[in-house]
Amino acid sequence: MDMKIANDIKMRAVLKGDITEVKMLMTHPMETGRRKNDLDETVPAHFIQLLTATLNGKPVLEAQWGTGISKNPYLTFHLLGAKAGDTVAVTWHDNLGESGNAEIKIVAA
Amino acid sequence: MVSAMLLMPAYSVAAAIASLWNKQAFESKDLEGAMQGMQFPLETPVGDIQITAPDRAENGAVVQVEVTSRIPNTESIAILVSKNPTPLIANFLFSNGAQPFVVTRIKMAETDDVQAIIKAGDQYFKASKRVEVLADGCN
Repeated sequence: MDMKIANDIKMRAVLKGDITEVKMLMTHPMETGRRKNDLDETVPAHFIQLLTATLNGKPVLEAQWGTGISKNPYLTFHLLGAKAGDTVAVTWHDNLGESGNAEIKIVAA
Repeated sequence: MVSAMLLMPAYSVAAAIASLWNKQAFESKDLEGAMQGMQFPLETPVGDIQITAPDRAENGAVVQVEVTSRIPNTESIAILVSKNPTPLIANFLFSNGAQPFVVTRIKMAETDDVQAIIKAGDQYFKASKRVEVLADGCN
């Protein structure tokens, strides 16, 4: 099995009326540190602790997470006042020092 | 502070995250400790907050939760599940036009209330939604 982690983020940002809906799906194991593998060994904790999102470089969302967020985290948030063509960027950092990032332009619905 | 981190070398990013991440609150094994770690009052009034989550979850590993706050000047939404091994799941902080709304997927150990705690200025409000959990999703 390939144990490497693909730090990719699937993301979309759609403007509907006044509100831009940003949806994203990240690839991450979100290990709690309690799970036992097939060899009965405890799998070390490995989870995203911090995710930040910006709109045209200005911070809009900061998410602090524990191990209770599901594997391959899913997130939706809403922005008021963003326009089609604006850039939404996200970055996450996990407890093992890994990170992932993505950015996308807002499209009109 | 967060945007400034993007300009830092990796080792200081790690240090900055360690300072932002509330270890005491996230590692607490009981709700009271998590609330204290977050500096939330232990008793908070119920507020105009909507939690949408399934009444019944077959698998506690993936429970989709949506939280909307209609409380003016909402700054943050925290999500907690008391009976999870570590009750504090997430805290979301909103700024610059981000609406007090979030959808995410959480792990639940057993049938319990999903709780949301909202901070608005120096006031705190809560809401909860019962979810029946058939399989422990917190391994």
